[in-house]
Amino acid sequence: MGSMKEVFNSLFLKELLKGMSVTGKYFFARKITVQYPEEKTPQSFRFRGLHALRRYPNGEERCIACKLCEAICPAMAITIEAEPRDDGSRRTTRYDIDLTKCIFCGFCEEACPVDAVVETRIFEYHGEKRGDLYYTKQMLLANGDRYENQIAQDRQTDASYR
Amino acid sequence: MDALMNFGQGIFGGVWPAVWILIKIVLIVAPLMLGVAYLTLVERKVIGYMQVRIGPNRVGPWGLIQPIADGLKLLFKEIIIPGRSSKGIFIIAPMLAIAPALAAWAVVPFSDTLVLANIDASLLYIMAITSIGVYGIILSGWASNSKYAFLGAMRSAAQMVSYEIAMGFSLICVLMISNSLNLVEIVNVQKQGNFASMGLNFLSWNWLPLLPMFIVYLISGTAELNRAPFDVAEGESEIVAGFHIEYSGMAFALFFLAEYANMILVAALTSIMFLGGWLSPVGFLPDGIIWLLAKISFILLLFLWFRATFPRYRYDQLMRLGWKVFIPICLVWLVVVGVWMMSPFTLWK
Repeated sequence: MGSMKEVFNSLFLKELLKGMSVTGKYFFARKITVQYPEEKTPQSFRFRGLHALRRYPNGEERCIACKLCEAICPAMAITIEAEPRDDGSRRTTRYDIDLTKCIFCGFCEEACPVDAVVETRIFEYHGEKRGDLYYTKQMLLANGDRYENQIAQDRQTDASYR
Repeated sequence: MDALMNFGQGIFGGVWPAVWILIKIVLIVAPLMLGVAYLTLVERKVIGYMQVRIGPNRVGPWGLIQPIADGLKLLFKEIIIPGRSSKGIFIIAPMLAIAPALAAWAVVPFSDTLVLANIDASLLYIMAITSIGVYGIILSGWASNSKYAFLGAMRSAAQMVSYEIAMGFSLICVLMISNSLNLVEIVNVQKQGNFASMGLNFLSWNWLPLLPMFIVYLISGTAELNRAPFDVAEGESEIVAGFHIEYSGMAFALFFLAEYANMILVAALTSIMFLGGWLSPVGFLPDGIIWLLAKISFILLLFLWFRATFPRYRYDQLMRLGWKVFIPICLVWLVVVGVWMMSPFTLWK
Protein backbone atom coordinates (compact mmCIF):
# COMPACT_ATOMS: atom_id res chain seq x y z
CA MET A 1 0.00 0.00 0.00
CA GLY A 2 2.87 2.34 0.84
CA SER A 3 4.51 1.75 -2.50
CA MET A 4 1.21 2.42 -4.26
CA LYS A 5 1.08 5.79 -2.56
CA GLU A 6 4.66 6.44 -3.64
CA VAL A 7 3.86 5.64 -7.25
CA PHE A 8 0.80 7.88 -7.07
CA ASN A 9 2.82 10.75 -5.62
CA SER A 10 5.59 10.47 -8.18
CA LEU A 11 3.15 10.11 -11.04
CA PHE A 12 1.40 13.31 -10.08
CA LEU A 13 4.72 15.12 -9.50
CA LYS A 14 3.74 15.95 -5.93
CA GLU A 15 7.26 16.57 -4.70
CA LEU A 16 8.24 18.52 -7.79
CA LEU A 17 5.28 20.83 -7.32
CA LYS A 18 6.19 21.22 -3.67
CA GLY A 19 9.71 22.22 -4.66
CA MET A 20 8.43 24.67 -7.23
CA SER A 21 6.12 26.25 -4.68
CA VAL A 22 9.13 26.88 -2.45
CA THR A 23 11.13 28.60 -5.19
CA GLY A 24 7.97 30.36 -6.30
CA LYS A 25 7.57 31.79 -2.82
CA TYR A 26 11.17 32.98 -2.75
CA PHE A 27 10.62 34.77 -6.05
CA PHE A 28 8.59 37.31 -4.13
CA ALA A 29 10.76 37.34 -1.02
CA ARG A 30 12.70 40.46 -0.06
CA LYS A 31 16.09 40.34 -1.75
CA ILE A 32 19.11 40.32 0.50
CA THR A 33 21.65 41.52 -2.07
CA VAL A 34 23.91 44.30 -0.80
CA GLN A 35 24.76 46.48 -3.78
CA TYR A 36 28.36 46.88 -2.81
CA PRO A 37 29.83 50.14 -3.94
CA GLU A 38 26.64 52.02 -3.01
CA GLU A 39 25.63 49.94 0.00
CA LYS A 40 27.93 48.38 2.55
CA THR A 41 27.45 45.91 5.34
CA PRO A 42 28.11 47.21 8.87
CA GLN A 43 31.69 46.85 10.03
CA SER A 44 32.96 45.84 13.46
CA PHE A 45 35.22 48.26 15.30
CA ARG A 46 37.59 45.30 15.56
CA PHE A 47 37.76 44.96 11.79
CA ARG A 48 41.26 43.93 10.71
CA GLY A 49 42.14 45.65 7.46
CA LEU A 50 45.01 47.75 6.21
CA HIS A 51 47.83 48.35 8.72
CA ALA A 52 48.88 51.70 10.10
CA LEU A 53 51.57 53.05 12.44
CA ARG A 54 50.29 55.58 14.95
CA ARG A 55 51.83 58.67 16.49
CA TYR A 56 51.39 60.36 19.86
CA PRO A 57 49.44 63.61 19.81
CA ASN A 58 52.72 65.56 19.93
CA GLY A 59 53.77 63.98 16.61
CA GLU A 60 56.28 61.51 18.05
CA GLU A 61 55.92 58.06 16.54
CA ARG A 62 54.78 55.44 19.04
CA CYS A 63 56.83 52.49 17.82
CA ILE A 64 59.82 51.76 20.07
CA ALA A 65 61.25 48.98 17.91
CA CYS A 66 60.72 46.24 20.46
CA LYS A 67 60.15 43.84 17.55
CA LEU A 68 57.38 41.92 19.36
CA CYS A 69 55.17 42.22 16.29
CA GLU A 70 57.95 40.91 14.08
CA ALA A 71 58.43 37.99 16.46
CA ILE A 72 54.77 37.03 16.72
CA CYS A 73 53.87 37.48 13.06
CA PRO A 74 52.93 33.96 11.90
CA ALA A 75 53.43 34.85 8.25
CA MET A 76 56.73 36.64 8.86
CA ALA A 77 55.41 39.61 6.98
CA ILE A 78 57.04 42.26 9.18
CA THR A 79 60.67 43.38 8.83
CA ILE A 80 62.12 45.80 11.37
CA GLU A 81 65.53 47.40 11.67
CA ALA A 82 66.30 49.75 14.56
CA GLU A 83 69.01 52.19 15.75
CA PRO A 84 69.22 54.67 18.62
CA ARG A 85 68.26 58.07 17.39
CA ASP A 86 70.42 61.21 17.95
CA ASP A 87 68.41 62.11 21.07
CA GLY A 88 69.13 58.61 22.46
CA SER A 89 65.63 57.17 22.04
CA ARG A 90 65.25 53.83 20.32
CA ARG A 91 63.32 54.05 17.06
CA THR A 92 62.93 51.99 13.89
CA THR A 93 64.88 52.85 10.77
CA ARG A 94 62.88 50.38 8.75
CA TYR A 95 59.42 49.03 9.39
CA ASP A 96 58.00 47.09 6.45
CA ILE A 97 54.86 44.99 6.21
CA ASP A 98 54.49 42.81 3.16
CA LEU A 99 50.73 42.70 2.66
CA THR A 100 51.03 39.87 0.19
CA LYS A 101 52.32 37.74 3.07
CA CYS A 102 50.11 39.17 5.81
CA ILE A 103 47.20 36.98 6.89
CA PHE A 104 45.44 39.78 8.80
CA CYS A 105 45.36 37.82 12.06
CA GLY A 106 45.84 40.93 14.18
CA PHE A 107 48.57 39.41 16.36
CA CYS A 108 50.92 42.35 15.69
CA GLU A 109 48.30 44.69 17.05
CA GLU A 110 47.77 42.48 20.12
CA ALA A 111 51.51 42.17 20.74
CA CYS A 112 52.28 45.87 20.53
CA PRO A 113 52.95 47.31 24.03
CA VAL A 114 52.47 50.93 22.90
CA ASP A 115 49.53 50.51 20.48
CA ALA A 116 51.75 51.62 17.62
CA VAL A 117 50.91 49.13 14.91
CA VAL A 118 47.16 48.75 14.36
CA GLU A 119 44.87 47.37 11.75
CA THR A 120 42.35 49.85 10.41
CA ARG A 121 38.94 49.33 8.90
CA ILE A 122 40.27 50.08 5.44
CA PHE A 123 39.91 47.13 3.08
CA GLU A 124 39.42 48.86 -0.25
CA TYR A 125 43.06 49.29 -1.22
CA HIS A 126 44.84 47.75 -4.14
CA GLY A 127 48.18 47.37 -5.83
CA GLU A 128 48.76 47.20 -9.53
CA LYS A 129 52.12 45.48 -9.16
CA ARG A 130 53.18 42.97 -6.56
CA GLY A 131 55.57 45.53 -5.07
CA ASP A 132 52.71 47.97 -4.50
CA LEU A 133 51.52 45.92 -1.57
CA TYR A 134 54.86 46.12 0.20
CA TYR A 135 54.19 48.85 2.75
CA THR A 136 57.15 50.77 4.11
CA LYS A 137 57.37 52.74 7.31
CA GLN A 138 56.52 56.02 5.58
CA MET A 139 53.43 54.54 3.98
CA LEU A 140 52.29 52.99 7.27
CA LEU A 141 52.83 56.24 9.17
CA ALA A 142 50.89 58.06 6.45
CA ASN A 143 48.04 55.61 6.94
CA GLY A 144 48.15 56.29 10.67
CA ASP A 145 48.07 60.06 10.15
CA ARG A 146 45.24 59.83 7.70
CA TYR A 147 42.92 57.59 9.73
CA GLU A 148 43.95 58.56 13.29
CA ASN A 149 40.46 59.77 14.27
CA GLN A 150 38.80 56.52 13.27
CA ILE A 151 41.59 54.44 14.82
CA ALA A 152 41.44 56.26 18.15
CA GLN A 153 37.66 56.03 18.26
CA ASP A 154 37.69 52.30 17.55
CA ARG A 155 40.33 51.65 20.26
CA GLN A 156 38.20 53.56 22.73
CA THR A 157 35.06 51.57 21.89
CA ASP A 158 37.00 48.36 22.21
CA ALA A 159 38.63 49.31 25.53
CA SER A 160 35.48 48.61 27.57
CA TYR A 161 35.48 44.98 26.39
CA ARG A 162 39.07 44.29 27.40
CA MET B 1 -0.61 45.07 -48.89
CA ASP B 2 -1.33 45.07 -52.64
CA ALA B 3 0.44 48.41 -52.99
CA LEU B 4 3.48 46.92 -51.27
CA MET B 5 3.39 43.94 -53.59
CA ASN B 6 3.19 46.16 -56.68
CA PHE B 7 5.97 48.37 -55.35
CA GLY B 8 8.23 45.36 -54.79
CA GLN B 9 7.33 43.93 -58.16
CA GLY B 10 8.33 47.19 -59.75
CA ILE B 11 11.73 47.34 -58.09
CA PHE B 12 12.82 43.70 -58.05
CA GLY B 13 10.83 42.36 -60.99
CA GLY B 14 10.99 38.58 -61.27
CA VAL B 15 12.97 37.98 -58.09
CA TRP B 16 10.38 39.77 -55.96
CA PRO B 17 8.78 36.57 -54.57
CA ALA B 18 12.18 35.43 -53.31
CA VAL B 19 12.87 38.87 -51.81
CA TRP B 20 9.43 38.91 -50.21
CA ILE B 21 10.15 35.53 -48.56
CA LEU B 22 13.51 36.84 -47.37
CA ILE B 23 11.76 39.83 -45.82
CA LYS B 24 9.33 37.51 -44.06
CA ILE B 25 12.21 35.37 -42.80
CA VAL B 26 13.93 38.44 -41.38
CA LEU B 27 10.64 39.48 -39.77
CA ILE B 28 10.57 36.15 -37.95
CA VAL B 29 14.26 35.72 -37.16
CA ALA B 30 15.01 39.25 -35.98
CA PRO B 31 12.38 39.30 -33.19
CA LEU B 32 13.37 35.73 -32.39
CA MET B 33 17.02 36.69 -31.87
CA LEU B 34 15.93 39.66 -29.78
CA GLY B 35 13.75 37.28 -27.79
CA VAL B 36 16.71 34.94 -27.31
CA ALA B 37 18.89 37.81 -26.11
CA TYR B 38 16.34 38.99 -23.61
CA LEU B 39 15.48 35.45 -22.55
CA THR B 40 19.03 35.18 -21.22
CA LEU B 41 18.48 38.32 -19.18
CA VAL B 42 15.08 37.17 -17.96
CA GLU B 43 16.59 33.82 -17.04
CA ARG B 44 19.30 35.43 -14.94
CA LYS B 45 16.77 37.75 -13.33
CA VAL B 46 14.19 35.05 -12.56
CA ILE B 47 16.74 32.60 -11.19
CA GLY B 48 18.32 35.43 -9.22
CA TYR B 49 14.97 36.38 -7.72
CA MET B 50 14.25 32.78 -6.78
CA GLN B 51 17.63 32.64 -5.06
CA VAL B 52 16.85 35.85 -3.14
CA ARG B 53 19.30 37.83 -5.29
CA ILE B 54 18.46 40.61 -7.71
CA GLY B 55 20.35 39.46 -10.79
CA PRO B 56 22.21 41.69 -13.25
CA ASN B 57 21.41 45.37 -12.81
CA ARG B 58 24.56 47.25 -13.74
CA VAL B 59 24.38 47.61 -17.53
CA GLY B 60 21.57 50.03 -18.17
CA PRO B 61 18.43 50.38 -16.03
CA TRP B 62 17.55 46.99 -14.48
CA GLY B 63 20.37 45.51 -16.55
CA LEU B 64 18.36 45.92 -19.75
CA ILE B 65 21.44 46.46 -21.92
CA GLN B 66 23.17 43.39 -20.46
CA PRO B 67 22.30 41.01 -23.36
CA ILE B 68 23.69 43.50 -25.87
CA ALA B 69 26.89 43.84 -23.85
CA ASP B 70 27.17 40.05 -23.66
CA GLY B 71 26.57 39.74 -27.39
CA LEU B 72 29.20 42.36 -28.23
CA LYS B 73 31.68 40.65 -25.97
CA LEU B 74 31.17 37.29 -27.68
CA LEU B 75 31.30 38.93 -31.10
CA PHE B 76 34.72 40.45 -30.49
CA LYS B 77 36.28 37.44 -28.83
CA GLU B 78 38.74 35.25 -30.65
CA ILE B 79 37.49 31.92 -31.94
CA ILE B 80 40.10 29.47 -30.75
CA ILE B 81 40.38 26.32 -32.85
CA PRO B 82 42.17 23.56 -30.93
CA GLY B 83 45.30 22.37 -32.73
CA ARG B 84 44.29 18.72 -32.90
CA SER B 85 40.63 19.19 -33.75
CA SER B 86 39.06 18.41 -37.13
CA LYS B 87 38.91 22.00 -38.25
CA GLY B 88 36.26 21.74 -40.92
CA ILE B 89 33.76 19.88 -38.79
CA PHE B 90 34.66 22.02 -35.80
CA ILE B 91 33.56 25.13 -37.67
CA ILE B 92 30.51 23.58 -39.32
CA ALA B 93 29.09 22.09 -36.11
CA PRO B 94 27.78 25.34 -34.55
CA MET B 95 26.07 26.21 -37.82
CA LEU B 96 24.50 22.77 -37.88
CA ALA B 97 23.22 23.45 -34.38
CA ILE B 98 21.63 26.79 -35.10
CA ALA B 99 20.26 26.18 -38.60
CA PRO B 100 17.54 23.66 -37.55
CA ALA B 101 16.67 25.82 -34.55
CA LEU B 102 15.80 28.62 -36.96
CA ALA B 103 14.49 26.48 -39.82
CA ALA B 104 11.80 24.97 -37.63
CA TRP B 105 10.22 28.41 -37.28
CA ALA B 106 9.22 28.32 -40.94
CA VAL B 107 6.05 26.37 -40.17
CA VAL B 108 5.17 27.81 -36.75
CA PRO B 109 1.85 29.62 -37.13
CA PHE B 110 1.53 32.90 -35.24
CA SER B 111 -2.12 33.26 -36.12
CA ASP B 112 -4.70 31.89 -38.56
CA THR B 113 -2.95 33.38 -41.57
CA LEU B 114 0.38 34.52 -40.17
CA VAL B 115 2.65 31.62 -41.07
CA LEU B 116 5.67 31.54 -43.38
CA ALA B 117 4.94 28.12 -44.87
CA ASN B 118 1.52 26.63 -44.20
CA ILE B 119 2.38 23.11 -45.29
CA ASP B 120 0.20 20.06 -44.70
CA ALA B 121 2.72 17.98 -42.77
CA SER B 122 4.13 20.78 -40.64
CA LEU B 123 4.15 18.64 -37.50
CA LEU B 124 6.25 16.04 -39.31
CA TYR B 125 8.54 18.80 -40.59
CA ILE B 126 9.05 20.06 -37.05
CA MET B 127 9.85 16.59 -35.75
CA ALA B 128 12.34 16.03 -38.56
CA ILE B 129 14.06 19.39 -38.35
CA THR B 130 14.41 19.46 -34.57
CA SER B 131 15.95 15.99 -34.66
CA ILE B 132 18.70 17.27 -36.95
CA GLY B 133 19.83 19.59 -34.17
CA VAL B 134 21.57 16.71 -32.45
CA TYR B 135 24.06 16.43 -35.33
CA GLY B 136 25.55 19.79 -34.49
CA ILE B 137 26.08 18.62 -30.94
CA ILE B 138 27.56 15.24 -31.82
CA LEU B 139 29.87 16.69 -34.47
CA SER B 140 31.07 19.47 -32.17
CA GLY B 141 31.88 16.93 -29.48
CA TRP B 142 33.63 14.68 -31.95
CA ALA B 143 35.56 17.39 -33.76
CA SER B 144 36.81 19.03 -30.56
CA ASN B 145 39.05 16.03 -29.85
CA SER B 146 38.53 16.54 -26.13
CA LYS B 147 37.21 13.94 -23.76
CA TYR B 148 34.82 16.28 -21.96
CA ALA B 149 33.35 17.47 -25.22
CA PHE B 150 33.07 13.90 -26.42
CA LEU B 151 31.36 12.70 -23.24
CA GLY B 152 28.98 15.64 -23.38
CA ALA B 153 28.12 14.92 -26.99
CA MET B 154 27.50 11.23 -26.28
CA ARG B 155 25.29 12.01 -23.32
CA SER B 156 23.39 14.60 -25.24
CA ALA B 157 22.83 12.33 -28.23
CA ALA B 158 21.61 9.42 -26.13
CA GLN B 159 19.33 11.72 -24.18
CA MET B 160 17.83 13.38 -27.24
CA VAL B 161 17.20 10.05 -28.93
CA SER B 162 15.45 8.63 -25.85
CA TYR B 163 13.21 11.59 -25.23
CA GLU B 164 12.39 12.04 -28.89
CA ILE B 165 10.35 8.83 -28.63
CA ALA B 166 8.24 9.96 -25.70
CA MET B 167 7.81 13.32 -27.37
CA GLY B 168 6.77 11.69 -30.62
CA PHE B 169 4.19 9.53 -28.87
CA SER B 170 2.62 12.48 -27.11
CA LEU B 171 2.41 14.29 -30.45
CA ILE B 172 0.78 11.22 -32.00
CA CYS B 173 -2.05 11.62 -29.49
CA VAL B 174 -2.42 15.24 -30.58
CA LEU B 175 -2.53 14.40 -34.25
CA MET B 176 -5.00 11.57 -33.61
CA ILE B 177 -7.53 13.87 -32.03
CA SER B 178 -6.95 16.73 -34.48
CA ASN B 179 -6.93 14.37 -37.44
CA SER B 180 -4.30 16.53 -39.09
CA LEU B 181 -0.55 17.12 -39.24
CA ASN B 182 -1.02 20.80 -40.01
CA LEU B 183 -0.27 23.09 -37.07
CA VAL B 184 -2.91 25.64 -38.07
CA GLU B 185 -5.47 22.85 -38.23
CA ILE B 186 -4.33 21.51 -34.85
CA VAL B 187 -5.00 24.90 -33.27
CA ASN B 188 -8.32 25.33 -35.04
CA VAL B 189 -9.56 21.96 -33.77
CA GLN B 190 -9.05 23.21 -30.22
CA LYS B 191 -11.65 25.91 -30.85
CA GLN B 192 -14.49 23.43 -30.69
CA GLY B 193 -15.84 21.56 -27.69
CA ASN B 194 -18.46 21.59 -25.00
CA PHE B 195 -16.57 24.09 -22.86
CA ALA B 196 -15.82 26.35 -25.81
CA SER B 197 -19.52 26.70 -26.51
CA MET B 198 -19.93 27.77 -22.86
CA GLY B 199 -17.31 30.48 -23.34
CA LEU B 200 -14.63 28.68 -21.32
CA ASN B 201 -12.32 28.11 -24.30
CA PHE B 202 -9.26 27.27 -22.23
CA LEU B 203 -10.92 24.06 -20.99
CA SER B 204 -11.39 22.90 -24.57
CA TRP B 205 -7.73 23.06 -25.41
CA ASN B 206 -5.81 19.83 -25.76
CA TRP B 207 -4.06 20.12 -22.42
CA LEU B 208 -7.07 18.96 -20.43
CA PRO B 209 -8.13 15.78 -22.27
CA LEU B 210 -4.48 14.97 -22.92
CA LEU B 211 -3.17 16.09 -19.54
CA PRO B 212 -0.69 13.21 -19.10
CA MET B 213 0.59 13.80 -22.64
CA PHE B 214 0.89 17.52 -21.96
CA ILE B 215 3.05 16.85 -18.92
CA VAL B 216 5.10 14.22 -20.74
CA TYR B 217 5.64 16.61 -23.63
CA LEU B 218 6.66 19.45 -21.35
CA ILE B 219 9.14 17.32 -19.42
CA SER B 220 10.49 15.59 -22.53
CA GLY B 221 10.80 19.02 -24.10
CA THR B 222 12.92 20.15 -21.17
CA ALA B 223 15.05 17.04 -21.60
CA GLU B 224 15.24 17.52 -25.34
CA LEU B 225 16.57 21.02 -24.76
CA ASN B 226 19.26 19.74 -22.40
CA ARG B 227 17.93 22.14 -19.80
CA ALA B 228 18.07 21.73 -16.05
CA PRO B 229 17.25 19.30 -14.47
CA PHE B 230 18.22 17.29 -17.56
CA ASP B 231 21.38 19.24 -18.38
CA VAL B 232 23.73 16.28 -18.00
CA ALA B 233 25.15 17.14 -21.43
CA GLU B 234 26.59 20.30 -19.97
CA GLY B 235 26.84 19.23 -16.35
CA GLU B 236 29.44 21.80 -15.37
CA SER B 237 30.33 19.98 -12.17
CA GLU B 238 31.02 16.69 -13.98
CA ILE B 239 32.17 17.39 -17.52
CA VAL B 240 32.87 21.14 -17.28
CA ALA B 241 30.65 22.35 -20.12
CA GLY B 242 30.10 19.29 -22.26
CA PHE B 243 30.07 19.45 -26.02
CA HIS B 244 30.84 23.15 -26.39
CA ILE B 245 33.80 23.29 -24.02
CA GLU B 246 36.37 23.96 -26.78
CA TYR B 247 34.32 26.71 -28.39
CA SER B 248 34.80 30.40 -27.78
CA GLY B 249 33.57 33.69 -29.15
CA MET B 250 30.92 33.65 -31.81
CA ALA B 251 31.14 29.86 -32.33
CA PHE B 252 30.09 29.39 -28.72
CA ALA B 253 27.47 32.10 -29.14
CA LEU B 254 25.91 30.10 -31.97
CA PHE B 255 25.43 27.10 -29.68
CA PHE B 256 24.02 29.42 -27.08
CA LEU B 257 21.62 31.02 -29.53
CA ALA B 258 20.58 27.59 -30.78
CA GLU B 259 19.83 26.40 -27.27
CA TYR B 260 17.70 29.41 -26.45
CA ALA B 261 16.01 29.52 -29.86
CA ASN B 262 15.11 25.87 -29.31
CA MET B 263 13.73 26.78 -25.91
CA ILE B 264 11.43 29.36 -27.46
CA LEU B 265 10.54 26.86 -30.20
CA VAL B 266 9.52 24.14 -27.75
CA ALA B 267 7.54 26.69 -25.77
CA ALA B 268 5.80 27.79 -28.98
CA LEU B 269 5.06 24.19 -29.98
CA THR B 270 3.68 23.38 -26.54
CA SER B 271 1.45 26.43 -26.78
CA ILE B 272 0.24 25.47 -30.25
CA MET B 273 -0.21 21.78 -29.59
CA PHE B 274 -1.71 21.83 -26.10
CA LEU B 275 -2.58 25.40 -25.14
CA GLY B 276 -4.54 26.49 -28.16
CA GLY B 277 -1.93 28.67 -29.85
CA TRP B 278 -3.36 32.10 -30.63
CA LEU B 279 -6.83 31.28 -29.27
CA SER B 280 -8.06 33.43 -26.46
CA PRO B 281 -8.75 31.63 -23.16
CA VAL B 282 -12.27 32.99 -22.75
CA GLY B 283 -15.05 33.49 -25.25
CA PHE B 284 -15.54 37.24 -24.93
CA LEU B 285 -11.94 38.19 -25.78
CA PRO B 286 -10.73 38.16 -29.39
CA ASP B 287 -8.11 35.67 -30.57
CA GLY B 288 -4.73 37.04 -31.54
CA ILE B 289 -0.98 36.65 -31.61
CA ILE B 290 -0.80 38.27 -28.18
CA TRP B 291 -2.23 35.09 -26.63
CA LEU B 292 0.40 32.97 -28.34
CA LEU B 293 3.13 35.24 -27.00
CA ALA B 294 1.62 35.10 -23.51
CA LYS B 295 1.51 31.30 -23.61
CA ILE B 296 5.10 31.09 -24.90
CA SER B 297 6.23 33.39 -22.10
CA PHE B 298 4.43 31.26 -19.55
CA ILE B 299 6.08 28.04 -20.77
CA LEU B 300 9.46 29.77 -20.84
CA LEU B 301 8.91 30.93 -17.28
CA LEU B 302 8.23 27.29 -16.38
CA PHE B 303 11.57 26.27 -17.94
CA LEU B 304 13.39 28.90 -15.90
CA TRP B 305 11.44 27.92 -12.82
CA PHE B 306 12.47 24.27 -13.30
CA ARG B 307 16.09 25.32 -13.56
CA ALA B 308 15.90 27.34 -10.36
CA THR B 309 14.24 24.48 -8.49
CA PHE B 310 15.48 21.05 -9.43
CA PRO B 311 18.90 19.46 -8.98
CA ARG B 312 20.40 17.70 -11.97
CA TYR B 313 19.31 14.13 -12.70
CA ARG B 314 21.88 11.36 -12.47
CA TYR B 315 22.42 9.90 -15.92
CA ASP B 316 20.85 6.51 -15.19
CA GLN B 317 17.84 8.18 -13.57
CA LEU B 318 17.41 10.24 -16.66
CA MET B 319 17.42 7.17 -18.88
CA ARG B 320 15.06 5.37 -16.51
CA LEU B 321 12.61 8.26 -16.66
CA GLY B 322 12.69 8.35 -20.43
CA TRP B 323 12.47 4.66 -21.20
CA LYS B 324 10.72 3.10 -18.21
CA VAL B 325 8.27 5.80 -17.20
CA PHE B 326 7.42 8.09 -20.11
CA ILE B 327 7.25 5.56 -22.92
CA PRO B 328 4.91 3.18 -21.01
CA ILE B 329 2.70 6.11 -19.97
CA CYS B 330 2.58 7.27 -23.58
CA LEU B 331 1.71 3.81 -24.88
CA VAL B 332 -1.09 3.40 -22.36
CA TRP B 333 -2.53 6.85 -23.01
CA LEU B 334 -2.29 6.28 -26.75
CA VAL B 335 -4.61 3.30 -26.38
CA VAL B 336 -6.86 5.21 -23.99
CA VAL B 337 -7.22 8.07 -26.47
CA GLY B 338 -7.89 5.61 -29.27
CA VAL B 339 -10.64 3.89 -27.32
CA TRP B 340 -12.02 7.23 -26.18
CA MET B 341 -12.28 8.47 -29.76
CA MET B 342 -14.17 5.34 -30.79
CA SER B 343 -16.45 5.33 -27.74
CA PRO B 344 -19.77 7.24 -27.58
CA PHE B 345 -18.15 9.67 -25.11
CA THR B 346 -15.81 11.04 -27.75
CA LEU B 347 -15.09 14.77 -27.71
CA TRP B 348 -13.75 14.83 -31.24
CA LYS B 349 -15.95 14.24 -34.25
